[in-house]
Amino acid sequence: MIRFVLNSERIDLEMDRADLTVLEYLRERRHLKGTKEGCASGDCGACTAVLAEVEGAALVYRNFNSCITFAGSLHGKQLITVEHLAQGGRLHPVQQAMVDHHGSQCGFCTPGFVMSLFCLYKFPRPASASRDAETCREFLAGNLCRCTGYRPILDAAHQVINDPQQDHLDRASQLTIEQLSEIGTCCHQAGGFYLPDNAQQLARLKHDMPDARLLAGGTDLALEVTQQLKDLGKLIYLGNVRELTEVRETDEEIEIGAATTLVRLDELLGATYPELSALLKRFGSRQIRNVATVGGNLANGSPIGDLAPVFMALDARITLQGTGGLRTLPMDGFFRAYRKTALRDDEFILSVTISRPPEAGQLKVYKVSKRIDDDISTVCLACLITLRDGRIGRCRLAFGGMAEKTERARNTEHALAGNRLDASTINLARAALSRDFQPISDVRASARYRLQVAGNLLERMQLELSGCEFPIRIGSL
Amino acid sequence: MSRGTVHPEPVATGRALAHDSARKHVSGDALYVDDHPPLARQYHACIGTSPIAHGTLDFMDLAPVHNAPGVVDVITANDIPGSVDIGPVFPGDPLFAERTIEYLGQPLFAVAATSQKLARQAATLALVRTTEAEPVLDLDMAIAREFHVRPPHRMQRGDVPYNLEHAVHRIRGVMRVGGQEHFYLEGQVSLAIPGEDGGMTVHTSCQNPTETQKLVAQVLDLPMNHVDVVTRRMGGGFGGKETQGAAWSCIAAVLASRTGIAVTCRLSRRDDMIMTGKRHNFRNDYDVGFDDSGRITAIRYRLAGQCGYSPDLSDAIVDRAMFHCDNAYYLPHVMIDGLRCKTHTASNTAFRGFGGPQGMIAMETVIDEIAFSLGKDPLEVRKTNFYNTSDRNLTPYHQAIGHFNIPEIIGQLEETCDYRNRREAIRRFNASSPILKKGLALTPVKFGISFTVTHLNQAGALVHVYTDGSIHLNHGGTEMGQGLMIKVAQIVAEEFKVPTERIVVSATRTDKIPNTSPTAASAGTDLNGMAALNAARKIRSRLVEFLSDRYKVPQREIAFTAQGVRTGDRTLGFEEVVRQAWLGRVSLSATGHYKTPGIHYDRETASGHPFFYFANGAAASEVVIDTLTGEHRLLRTDIIHDAGASINPAVDVGQIEGGFIQGLGWLTSEELKWDPSGKLLSDSPATYKIPAIGDTPPVFNVRILENRPNEEATVYRSKAVGEPPLMLAISAWCAIRDAIGAATDHSTFPKLNAPATPEEVLRVIREIRRPS
Repeated sequence: MIRFVLNSERIDLEMDRADLTVLEYLRERRHLKGTKEGCASGDCGACTAVLAEVEGAALVYRNFNSCITFAGSLHGKQLITVEHLAQGGRLHPVQQAMVDHHGSQCGFCTPGFVMSLFCLYKFPRPASASRDAETCREFLAGNLCRCTGYRPILDAAHQVINDPQQDHLDRASQLTIEQLSEIGTCCHQAGGFYLPDNAQQLARLKHDMPDARLLAGGTDLALEVTQQLKDLGKLIYLGNVRELTEVRETDEEIEIGAATTLVRLDELLGATYPELSALLKRFGSRQIRNVATVGGNLANGSPIGDLAPVFMALDARITLQGTGGLRTLPMDGFFRAYRKTALRDDEFILSVTISRPPEAGQLKVYKVSKRIDDDISTVCLACLITLRDGRIGRCRLAFGGMAEKTERARNTEHALAGNRLDASTINLARAALSRDFQPISDVRASARYRLQVAGNLLERMQLELSGCEFPIRIGSL
Repeated sequence: MSRGTVHPEPVATGRALAHDSARKHVSGDALYVDDHPPLARQYHACIGTSPIAHGTLDFMDLAPVHNAPGVVDVITANDIPGSVDIGPVFPGDPLFAERTIEYLGQPLFAVAATSQKLARQAATLALVRTTEAEPVLDLDMAIAREFHVRPPHRMQRGDVPYNLEHAVHRIRGVMRVGGQEHFYLEGQVSLAIPGEDGGMTVHTSCQNPTETQKLVAQVLDLPMNHVDVVTRRMGGGFGGKETQGAAWSCIAAVLASRTGIAVTCRLSRRDDMIMTGKRHNFRNDYDVGFDDSGRITAIRYRLAGQCGYSPDLSDAIVDRAMFHCDNAYYLPHVMIDGLRCKTHTASNTAFRGFGGPQGMIAMETVIDEIAFSLGKDPLEVRKTNFYNTSDRNLTPYHQAIGHFNIPEIIGQLEETCDYRNRREAIRRFNASSPILKKGLALTPVKFGISFTVTHLNQAGALVHVYTDGSIHLNHGGTEMGQGLMIKVAQIVAEEFKVPTERIVVSATRTDKIPNTSPTAASAGTDLNGMAALNAARKIRSRLVEFLSDRYKVPQREIAFTAQGVRTGDRTLGFEEVVRQAWLGRVSLSATGHYKTPGIHYDRETASGHPFFYFANGAAASEVVIDTLTGEHRLLRTDIIHDAGASINPAVDVGQIEGGFIQGLGWLTSEELKWDPSGKLLSDSPATYKIPAIGDTPPVFNVRILENRPNEEATVYRSKAVGEPPLMLAISAWCAIRDAIGAATDHSTFPKLNAPATPEEVLRVIREIRRPS
């Protein structure tokens, strides 16, 4: 039995199918039709709902795409839908702001926007008001609107963050926290949905049910259900596994549990690596980052998973656990081929470890995509580079989008290392790039564009590191 | 002023009222077709499609589909009781392919099952055997082979060959502009509920209930009066639900008729993107002559639109491209050929602007190229070529321009957006910025309002006043988010001087308003607002007549005011008047009708007066491009748009901003791609990128042109505002070209195509820079 709170109602859900999505549950089983299906692939945000979880003594609210989230992962959480915001005929402040600013036209995307606005409203406001615009955009970039052109929605967003008031959810929060603590986290199985709470249980389940799929955020796995129409059978949910959600920090290194979400990763590493933080803010959408995990992104083995090049540049290590115990690999040994990793059938990713303090050097990250927000990289470059007296010391370069898997550009690294950081070195590195990569043409871009841009990104890095006087990134204007 | 002739202040029109469904939108209470309360029994349909682009369908084994869990029925073309062809204007759109297959994704059969998932899983199980033929997938190939869905059309005036030959300067060029997926957030969906006598009620998300009614009746072989079609609201339409919303209703209706159970046919996003047509992509060839001032002396165009496999609305769409390839400029000698090219792809269809944008962008390209060749600011060349209302006033289709407020708009915008100073600031920026380059462009829009098919320019309405003074309003227009319902309610409220809250607008239904035109061509308010006004006036004059009789007051001394109905010396509340009139046995219900006056177009001579009036606007956009990656960003846009005397400025500004951003997507990030077999690759929002919130420019100043009521007698002197603003986005595309020019030392005219994706921008820069 999966137990959770739907708005204010305690739900005990028998799972007849492990792969029931939250959106199916809401629309088909509860007839709550305020939450819409726009794409069933987590790209448009029309299905956005909110999860509240107890952290410390308070509730933390996170928006997510209900179309690609499995209902089993609701266990122990409060699911909030658009129907819950207005009370007694009175609109919630975020709803009223949308009405006042003419933020809806056809209205189909509107409930999703309202739920994202609600999370923005609940989010602690950044210290600097100059970041307001950025914060609004960050919270709303995963909601597509085809009618308004977004200006009135941005106005509504700015209004609500400037006028926080206590709402009925705040007033009910103690009650909600009690409801959730009664549920607890302990529910090991419901139908074909398994919720281990430690690594040992997980290892046993994985061993006993080799056909079961591991589920972290599920933002890619769920597409097998909604797009490929598969029945997934058994799912093992990783979100409650203690070892996977922990972060262990020492003076030398930081070990990040595989089930750490991308939003959490930004909180952990963003201050140390501002360029990683900037990348993460363009990684999927807030809805995706709230549930998608470090381990999920790596295990997926996508050639355009944006974390892999960064971890490779940082020389991270990945720790795998299986029946034979633990083993640790360097990140650039993890990917084997297109969507193939070093993971054995009995293994799961336990953690990723990064040395710290970071070895002297700068992390540069460049993501190129057709759209700024919520788009998959055409090319992504991450590079950790050390400089001394205008010469390049060590440099580790990794690219996404240039090959069947994320890969180090070893010839290019060789062309750079030890040489002066100048245009002629970059020209040599460009030539080396075409020995490192023979990219493909696909729906996002041609091979020729990819190769040209990859070389141009090296040029950008050289200009930036040389301290050029002129603006070099659009975002800086 | 004497008491009887007072014109009271407007109480409803001109006010920035919220959308009538705004509260329902934000609370999740607004019902769309798929939100219909569950019926006791309901099946779900899914469609099986062709795996090849062109060839013949030799054999289908549907037994595995029949035998799949939950399946209750499977139909093919052979199972349609009536007509299989649902072509809206010309034949050529079979509901299911019978023998000839014309695109990859063409419907071959449909399955009904007890759940949507089971229907979708079952639809994948058919064994389909086909014989492939060589498809035509490419517009250039279709042009070369003269492969057309409809014959070419030509418009001309003057002597083009002579004047081109003797022009001081002459340029020939080609520009290509891509198509566009509608990406309405609510996909295509219909719910068919069987009724008595074989009849059918269809709830559907479509812009054309009457057409759907007619086609459902035809496929079921029923008279139209056995079919009711209901459209409460759409989650976006943009033209994609004008003709191509009908097939799903027909399929649901056939399945519902056979099973006797209600059937929903809702397309998945991918099916929707693959099966339905898009905005036409065009190849525009031009040959232009001009003088030293940049003034055009003659021009010849060939506009070739890719129509896909069937005519659909393509004849009128390519016509509208031809009608708009003058934009705001006088073309003294002009010849325009419009080609309707056939390819083995989904049938391209209406999309906001209806071909107009594809024609207009050709003209703006020509202007930019003239300016480039003469080293002038493009804005100067634009001004040099504007129409006037005296000697340079004749369009290529021989309609004279009677009113022309583009110079006024441009003058205002040039000043308010600080064009001159910013041009100079950008020049300075570019001089010191080798990697990032800025560009600026200010472009006008002149867009003809009316359906170019004359008979569509009519509308009907129905107004009931109930005995408690509440008012029920229906008209033939459909609500797709454009705020039509609130605007028409404001018009009716104004007639009775009552608050709009007193008026309820319910679903558009063919059993209430018959024989309607599609809600399209920006004409929703112009047509339906007038029809509703006509109905309301009938009731009002009956009330005036009644009050005059009853209180022995001359009719001219009776006035509807916000305080009530002034009748001589007394003022009666509206409810009281209504109650008394009912007791006095006065009919409080009326229908209204409207037809646009004075419009005609003769295709034989390619001349006439196809447009009632023109909607105008202008935009100035500033962009920055990154010459290392081709990425770009819109930094600032200023717009002044002519909405006449706006009925609802908030709704109209919403159309202007939303249209602009939709146009921006079309011209910068939305790229349709197919593989060599004709399979659509950009078939989901993961691969097809409409603008997201970060694409809205950080500075976005939008203003409605003030104090310029429509010179033509439209409803409250307003102007249509649905489509025209989309073309304001051409300013951003021209600004990208301007920035590319700066990145290449203005050495060669940047032959930029649309969409200007990062890859396209980098391609143009590379080609210009390539050492020759």
